[in-house]
Amino acid sequence: MVSPLGNTVADTWGGILNGKSGVEPITSFDASAFSTQFSASVKDFSVDGYFAQKDARKMDRFIQFGMVAGIQAMRDSGLEVTDENSARMGVSIGSGIGGIGTIEDGTLVVEHKGPRRMSPFFVPGAIINMIAGNLSIHYGLRGPNLAVTTACTTGTHCIGLAARSIMYGETDVMLAGGAEMATTPVGLGGFAAARALSSRNDNPKAASRPWDKDRDGFVLGDGAGVLVLEEYEHAKARGANIYAELVGFGMSGDAYHMTSPPADGSGAALSMQNAIKDANIALEDINYINAHGTSTPAGDVAECRAVKSVMQNAVDQVAVSSTKSMIGHLLGAAGAVEAIFSVLAIRDQVAPPTINLDNPDEECGDINLVPHTAQEKGIQAVLSNSFGFGGTNGSLVFSRLK
Amino acid sequence: MSSIEERVKKIVAEQLGVKEDEVKAEASFVEDLGADSLDTVELVMALEEEFETEIPDEEAEKITTVQLAIDYINANLA
Repeated sequence: MVSPLGNTVADTWGGILNGKSGVEPITSFDASAFSTQFSASVKDFSVDGYFAQKDARKMDRFIQFGMVAGIQAMRDSGLEVTDENSARMGVSIGSGIGGIGTIEDGTLVVEHKGPRRMSPFFVPGAIINMIAGNLSIHYGLRGPNLAVTTACTTGTHCIGLAARSIMYGETDVMLAGGAEMATTPVGLGGFAAARALSSRNDNPKAASRPWDKDRDGFVLGDGAGVLVLEEYEHAKARGANIYAELVGFGMSGDAYHMTSPPADGSGAALSMQNAIKDANIALEDINYINAHGTSTPAGDVAECRAVKSVMQNAVDQVAVSSTKSMIGHLLGAAGAVEAIFSVLAIRDQVAPPTINLDNPDEECGDINLVPHTAQEKGIQAVLSNSFGFGGTNGSLVFSRLK
Repeated sequence: MSSIEERVKKIVAEQLGVKEDEVKAEASFVEDLGADSLDTVELVMALEEEFETEIPDEEAEKITTVQLAIDYINANLA
């Protein structure tokens, strides 16, 4: 994992459990003319120890983030790729936007220097499926090579569809996740123009405040998360360290509006219901929900309504939090890093906090939103939600290994 | 001001991610220095930029070693 709180899973998870904010003023470009001048960006990132600088030069940052996260995941898994197993090992890693920084730079080259000066690496350095492509080249993974792109649900869909490839029997191992690096002038400007971002420039660390009455939009975040999904018997046979079981995946479409959810959260609810049905577990076993919870006025309330309608009486015992309060919204990587948090919540039996939640919205106040500090808690299963522009929804259910 | 040879070698080293002392005059970009077809396209662009010249594609295709690059620049940059 590469995140605004650190460039490893351990560093990020440590920050999350301590309620740290990774939001800072933007320094990578002059943001003074923008209505939002802060982001949750990756700090002190380097590919050293992972792959060669000369290869990194040909990749947009989002690809570099995804490659590093993927290599970390492969190393942690202890898997060895051989001529015998490589055809049944694949990759499913996407991005919401892709190499927008590289596209901006390429546009300026054409404008100011002319088309002859465009790099031959412009296209392979920018397109969305190049994390999947480069990781497959790096490790020799010859199975399915995919990059689903569904805005802020990208990571969740990439993981869920990778799991289905394993269930279908065509693969034993899938590297799955998402990456994003959209904190560029055009990326920031675009989301600001859509009125999606918080503009709390006087106090960036308090800007991402899901479900709080004073929330005013999300905070743009960068990073990547990649998980190794492995067929259960395959993992057991080689004595793998199994963190959790992915037991359910559900999807839905809002069929409503380009950027807003329906007020009743019905699309979100359908996605959650489909995942729970797929998991075939009791509502009472879902003890933690890692919410989409972006800190937008409309989205947060719609998700509360969805959680209440889906969980029914079991809503009293479930903890619901938004880790975006600390790392911002990683768009196409959000579902991936949040899936990792969900798995770690099961491993460590702890619900991460929602920071900055000083005054909960009336619609949501009766849910345990884990304000400010993490809660130790018996956690059997976790539901993780992602909802994206276009009204595309995805939910995953992870369960403790029985 | 460095010589043309030094400047060419420096650019080759930067573009291909190799050490400057590995960039021998007789070295082939593809066979000795690990370049692929896109690397060589970008290398020629970097040479064009450094020496403020335009190398036509049919000429660029012939520049396959460090020495050929030096020769081309010497011949066309009088």
